[in-house]
Amino acid sequence: MDINQYMGMFLEESREHLQTLNSCLLDLENDPGNLTVLDEIFRSAHTIKGMSATMGFTTIAELTHEMENVLDMLRKGTLAANDDITDILFKCVDTLEQLVESVSSNSDATIEIQPLISRLIAIAKGEPVSGTGEPSVRQATGTKEEAVLHEGVKLDDTEYNVVKSARKQGLECYEVHVSLRVGCLLKSARSYMVMNALEELGEVIKSVPAVEELEKENFDNSFQVVVLTTVDAEKIETAVLNVSEVEKVEVFPSVLADESAAAPTPPQAETQTDKPVAVKKESSAVSKPEKPNTNEHTEKKLKGGQSVRVDIDKLDSLLNLVGELVINKTRLEQIGLTHRLSELVETIEQMDRVTTDLQTVVMKVRMVPVGQVFNRFPRMVRDLSRELNKEINLIIQGEETELDRTVIDEIGDPLVHLLRNSIDHGIEHPAERQAKGKNPVGEVRLIARHEGNNVIIMVEDDGKGINADAIKQKAVDKGMITQAEADKLEPAEAVRLVFLPGFSTAETITDVSGRGVGMDAVKTKIESLGGMVDVETKINGGSKFKIRLPLTLAIIQALLVNVSEEIYAIPLGTIDSTINITPQDIKTIQNQEVILLRGQIIPIVRLANVLNVPTANTQNDEELFVVIVHMGENRAGIIVDTLIGQQEIVIKSMGKLLAGIKVIAGATILGNGQVALILDVGALKQ
Amino acid sequence: MSEATYSGNDIQLVVFKLGREEYGVSILQVQEIKRITEITRVPHSPDYIKGVMNLRGSVLPVIDLKKRLSLPPEEYTEDTRIIIIKVEEIVVGMIVDAVSEVTTIDQNSIEPPQAVVGGIAADYLSGVGKLENRLLILLNTDAIIGMGQEVKAS
Repeated sequence: MDINQYMGMFLEESREHLQTLNSCLLDLENDPGNLTVLDEIFRSAHTIKGMSATMGFTTIAELTHEMENVLDMLRKGTLAANDDITDILFKCVDTLEQLVESVSSNSDATIEIQPLISRLIAIAKGEPVSGTGEPSVRQATGTKEEAVLHEGVKLDDTEYNVVKSARKQGLECYEVHVSLRVGCLLKSARSYMVMNALEELGEVIKSVPAVEELEKENFDNSFQVVVLTTVDAEKIETAVLNVSEVEKVEVFPSVLADESAAAPTPPQAETQTDKPVAVKKESSAVSKPEKPNTNEHTEKKLKGGQSVRVDIDKLDSLLNLVGELVINKTRLEQIGLTHRLSELVETIEQMDRVTTDLQTVVMKVRMVPVGQVFNRFPRMVRDLSRELNKEINLIIQGEETELDRTVIDEIGDPLVHLLRNSIDHGIEHPAERQAKGKNPVGEVRLIARHEGNNVIIMVEDDGKGINADAIKQKAVDKGMITQAEADKLEPAEAVRLVFLPGFSTAETITDVSGRGVGMDAVKTKIESLGGMVDVETKINGGSKFKIRLPLTLAIIQALLVNVSEEIYAIPLGTIDSTINITPQDIKTIQNQEVILLRGQIIPIVRLANVLNVPTANTQNDEELFVVIVHMGENRAGIIVDTLIGQQEIVIKSMGKLLAGIKVIAGATILGNGQVALILDVGALKQ
Repeated sequence: MSEATYSGNDIQLVVFKLGREEYGVSILQVQEIKRITEITRVPHSPDYIKGVMNLRGSVLPVIDLKKRLSLPPEEYTEDTRIIIIKVEEIVVGMIVDAVSEVTTIDQNSIEPPQAVVGGIAADYLSGVGKLENRLLILLNTDAIIGMGQEVKAS
C-alpha cells in the first residue's frame, strides 16, 4: 500500500501535536484542574493515536492509548493531576518523540515502552475508580452520537441552526451515504479523502460515525455525511466516486423536519462534561470548522488547511532568483539613466515597483514567528530547574515576532546556551535568593521585538550577575590580556571578555563567578547570521544578553562609498548618520583620533588605513566625509572619500576560501556587474 | 575516473602557460575559461588572492597563480585568461598567461614532482607529465586553493 504518501503528513502532524502536548502539559502542571488544557492534551494524544494506528505504528498507538486512559480520568475528575502524573506524561511525550523520530529516520531501534505503559496502567488503577481504564475512553467519546443516529442522520440544536441559516443563504443540505468496498485496506484514509472531496464542494457539518471514529476505522464499510453546498446531488456523487475504493454513494436531500430539533437529548446531557466541545473540535480538525463557536484550535486548523508546506530549498532558490532580478533591475536603471530614454525609464520604474513588491512577498513567505524556537524552551527550563533544584519562572514575550527562516533555524542553539547559562550560573538557589532578600523564584525573561530593520532577542535574568573582576582575573590568568590592560578596562568592557574565543571551557568557568560556557560560540554563530550580541550585567541584579539580528539575510539597503578607487557597501542598518567635517575637527585622545558630535566623543576610523587601500594620498582634503555607525552600544565614525548613494544590494557569499576575513561581511554585485565588498562594521574596531 | 573508461590510464588535461612553462590541470576540474574581467581587491586576504570576480551573479575568488607559484609577474595581455576550477565544492578562478589546448596524457608518463623540482613550489604540483618532447607541470589544485589553510587577517 502507498502508505508512504501519507508519511510526510503523519510525521509533521505528529510533531505538531507532540509540541502541543509538551506546552499543554506545562500549563497543566501549573494549573492542574484546567479542563480546557486537559481537553487539548487529550485531543492531541488522541489524534496521534488515530494517525499512528492508521499508519500501522502500533507502539505509538499503544502508548498513546494508555495515556488517553489516564488523561480521560483526569478529565473526568476521577483522578487528580499531580506532579508524578505529569512527570510520567512528560516521559511519555519524550518517548513518543523518540518513536516518531525513529519512524522518520527509518531506524529499527527498539524503544522500550512497556515500563511506561505499566506505570500508566498503575496510575489508572491506583485510584479506585469505576473505569478499568481501557475501553471506557473510546466508548465514552464515541458512542453518544452514534447511538441516536442510525437511519437518517439527526442533527443537534447547533447543527440544526447552522443548516437553517445556510438554507437562507441558498445552500442546500444533503446527506451523503458512502459505502467503501469490502476489504478496503485504508478505510480511514479513504474516508478522509471522501471528506476532503466533500469539503471542496461545500461544508461538512456532520458525519456518522463521527470523524474520530472514522479515523480509528471504527465503522463497517459505510458512513454518512451531512454537507452544505451549492452544487447538486449528482456532482457530489461524482466527486465521492472519484475516491478509489468507494463502492456506492447515495445522496439524499436532507429533510429538515422539526423533529430533528426535538431530539437534542444526547448532546445536552454531556454539555456539563465539556465533551461535545471536545468532539466538535476534534472533528473539525479534519473536516472544516462550521460551528459558530469556532475557538482557537479550530481556527489554527482552518489556517493550516489553506496553507501549503514548501520545501525550504525551493524558497531559497526563489529568493536567489529574486536577488538576480534585483541586480538586473539595478543594471537596467543605470542603462536608463545613461541613455535618457523616457519610455525605458518609465518601464523601469514600473518594474522597480513590481520587483520591490515581489521581494517583500518572498521575504514574508520566508518569515517565521520566533515562537517556533521559543516554544521548546519552557520544557527545557522546567527540566533544568528541577535538575538544579532552582525555582524559575520563564517569561516569554513577543513570540509572534517574525524572522527569516534561515535565522530561525540557526538561532535555537545560541539561545539554549544563553538560557542554560542564565539558569545554571545566573539564578541563585532559592535559599541564597531569600538571604539576599529576593523573591526565591528566579525570573528569566526571553523577549523578542522589532527595532527598525532588526529583531532584538533578549535573555534576561534577575540572578547574581557577572563579576567583572573575576572575569578580568580569569582573562589575565589565561594570558589573554595583560594585567595593565585589565586594569584599564571598564567593568562593562570586562564583562564582554566572556565572548573571547578560548575564554571559557566548562570546567574553568564554573570556578569563576559563572558565565561563559561557549559564549564565543554564541557570538560566532550570531555574527555569522549578521547579528550582534552584547551583555549588560549588574552584580546581584542579573544579566541581560541582547542579540540583534537582521530581519533578512539576503537583500539589504546599503550606502555605497568610495575609498580611493574602490567601492564599499556599508549596511544602512548600522548607519546613524553621515556628516562632513574638516581635518581640524579631528582631535586625538591617546593617539586615537576622535571627533565631537553633539557633545559625544566618537572615535574615528580611516577606512583607507583599515583596508590597506593603495591610496593616492588624498587625505589633505578640505572636507572629509564621515559615516557614523554603531556597533553594539558603541559608535564610530568612518572616514571615506566620497559617498555614492543608497542602494539595495544582494548579499553574496565570497565562498569558503575567503570566509575567515574580518572587516568584510560579504560581497555584492553592482549594477555595472562589478563586485563591491560589504563592510562588517562590527569588526571594524579591532 | 570517468575518462579512464575509454582508454586505460589516459587523463585529459587543459594545458595553459605561465611565462614560458606549460602547465596542466585535469579537465574534470575545469568549469570554464574566461577572458580577464574586472577583479575587486579583497583587503586582508592572502597575497596570492587577486580578488573576487562576478561570474554570472555569483562572486568567486580569483587566485593569482603566478604569485602562488612564486613566478615573476607579467602584464596582462590579450591572451590572459581566467580558468574557473571547482575543487570539492569550492569554485575559484586562476589567472594564467594563456590557455593553449586540451590534451590527453598517459598516467604512466607522469613523474612525481619531488624527482624534478624541489622547494616550496613542489607542494603545489602533483607531478610532471612527459608528452613527446614537452613537459607539462601538473597542478595540485587542493594545495593551490589552500585547502586546510586558515585565511587569516593580517
